[in-house]
Amino acid sequence: MSGTTVGIPRALAYYLYFPRWRTFFTELGVNVVTSKLSNRQMLDDGVKEALAEACVPIKLYFGHVLSLKDRVDYIFVPRLYCLNGKTLFCPKFLGLPDMIKHGIDNLPPVLDTMLNNRDKGIISRRIEMTKSFFQLGEKFTRDKVRIVKAIYNSLKVENKYCQLLHKGLLPNQALEVLDGAKVPEKLGKGSLNFAVLGYPYHLYDDFINVGVFNKLHRLGVNTITTENLNSGLLENIKHNLPKEMFWTFSDRAYKAALHFFKEGKVDAILYVTAFGCGPDAMVYRMIELEAKKYPHIPFMVLMIDEHSGEAGMSTRLEAFTDMVRRRKELGACLC
Amino acid sequence: MLKVTFPRMGHSYIAFKMLLEDLGNEVIVPPRPSKKTLDLGVQYSPEFTCLPFKILMGTYLEAIQMGANTLVTSGGNGPCRAGLYAQVHQRIIEDLGHQINMICFEAPLSHPIDFLKKVKFLNSSKLSYLSVWQAIKKGWHKLKALDNIEKLTHQIRPRERDNGTTSRVYRQAQNWLGQASTIKDIDEAYQEAVKSLNNIPQAQDRLIIKIGMVGEIYVLLEPASNHEIEEVLGSLGVEIERSMFLTGWTKDNLNEKCNEVVTCHNAAKPWIPVAIGGHGQDTVGHVILYSQRGFDGVIQLAPFTCIPEIVSKTVLTQVSKQHNIPILTFFLDEQTGKAVWLPDWKPL
Repeated sequence: MSGTTVGIPRALAYYLYFPRWRTFFTELGVNVVTSKLSNRQMLDDGVKEALAEACVPIKLYFGHVLSLKDRVDYIFVPRLYCLNGKTLFCPKFLGLPDMIKHGIDNLPPVLDTMLNNRDKGIISRRIEMTKSFFQLGEKFTRDKVRIVKAIYNSLKVENKYCQLLHKGLLPNQALEVLDGAKVPEKLGKGSLNFAVLGYPYHLYDDFINVGVFNKLHRLGVNTITTENLNSGLLENIKHNLPKEMFWTFSDRAYKAALHFFKEGKVDAILYVTAFGCGPDAMVYRMIELEAKKYPHIPFMVLMIDEHSGEAGMSTRLEAFTDMVRRRKELGACLC
Repeated sequence: MLKVTFPRMGHSYIAFKMLLEDLGNEVIVPPRPSKKTLDLGVQYSPEFTCLPFKILMGTYLEAIQMGANTLVTSGGNGPCRAGLYAQVHQRIIEDLGHQINMICFEAPLSHPIDFLKKVKFLNSSKLSYLSVWQAIKKGWHKLKALDNIEKLTHQIRPRERDNGTTSRVYRQAQNWLGQASTIKDIDEAYQEAVKSLNNIPQAQDRLIIKIGMVGEIYVLLEPASNHEIEEVLGSLGVEIERSMFLTGWTKDNLNEKCNEVVTCHNAAKPWIPVAIGGHGQDTVGHVILYSQRGFDGVIQLAPFTCIPEIVSKTVLTQVSKQHNIPILTFFLDEQTGKAVWLPDWKPL
């Protein structure tokens, strides 16, 4: 079945799993179309269509789907439930296909593949994932060998993508490299090192966070994010909580914060969160409380919302960077 | 000596008080959430947590001021935020400089040892496990009696001849049950309460409309958090049926008109096929069941930023159209003005 087009919105889980999904579909001979980079129009459309109480990333996702729906035969909105056998996703991810299906009129068919391997062992959790993708593949081809090959190749690409991220690239750069661009030179020119934490869809969408990374790089700051850390390293981080954090992205963000605080190599930690984000309401306070134990590493929370004015964000980042820089220079003199 | 307190959720405190006292603890009954509670809670809670978190925060701090040193609460396994309440509360309270024990009960079947350890900690008078079991059973019995009486008030209140009689009798009945300390006493108090509620003079010719209540469990159960919506609606002549009680929603009140006995999760399947945390799926399921049973409307209550209820609300717009049942949603936040609400209620 060639000539079929599947649309993948460039939002939410896109930043982590797009290479895998794209490879899977193209191997089956399906054309993959993504929405454009987020823009004002999408956000405005999303705000109109989505529930007022929803968080900005969800509203933006609605906007992306709206921009895609007339151009594709299917829209891929997987139901991300649990991918690592342990941690779940935010309830809004669990109900995302339902919100899209019943919240937007005149949609092409939605591919709402359930991806869930909660409480499964190391091997059975992989089998579970393979099964889910197999079922998805059967919608497009009867050739079972081809599906298995597609699954295998998609995993290979994901592996390569993760390696690029571990080298210190941002997801958008890593995607360009996968598409054949040259590996950009290491951004090691700045005099300060910041860890920038938060959920992938807050961090890597330059429109919604008004270009945090560009601004920081311009201010002479090198950045490192959760995705640049080896996932094995994250899993081994011990926390002092009586219970595991049960959301995937929150767990990663919290553990990464602990890692950077304990390691003490960065000059400051920034946490980017979105207005109305459910899990973050708890997580950023936990990190804030943790930050009190490490007074020598400044910590700031940046909140993003539907505003697109750059001035507020710039002012905060400049003031914060200046403060950290002055502190570092002063510290160097004192030693 | 343990001075124990716990979150206040509707009338459940009456049963929990008895249970914890039976185990030999001094119980600090949490005060009814007030403006002061909310202000305290808002001051120390993260900005975007849901209303229940803030009210509980305030309640804990008030109870600590009253001398409590042990907080008993429940946990959860996600993905609703309530599963992390206890941890975040504990850290914030400790950060404020209070020394407390946080006893957070997880589901006993999946954490049996942890459960027994915590029961042992609270068992100040060193009762045998059998007596502890009996105390829990008695507490459950009382809770069931309290829930049943509350259900009855929902039916009596819209029909009462003199405004306010039901609420007065109901408060009295709660007192009787509060004083009952054996299963026999509880049964007696319950019978008495049912009798007095049924004896309230009723206006026969009133037009009664029926409305189902769905939504997040805390704001449904705690009247102080939902501006006593049930009482207000009742006095406007609305018979309400709440989809959730602490003792579990009853399956037996499905109307005979339903051809198939479907549970609310089954009913919700076409709309939200998997559990999405909290009571998001239940909300949708109950709306469908209410519409099948011919209710006049449904009210959804949810705290502002409640994740599962946002998902269900998005879906409910279509459910409302397809099942032809009006739905009114209230997202509850820190605003305590009641006036804004009433114009919304009256046209119902």
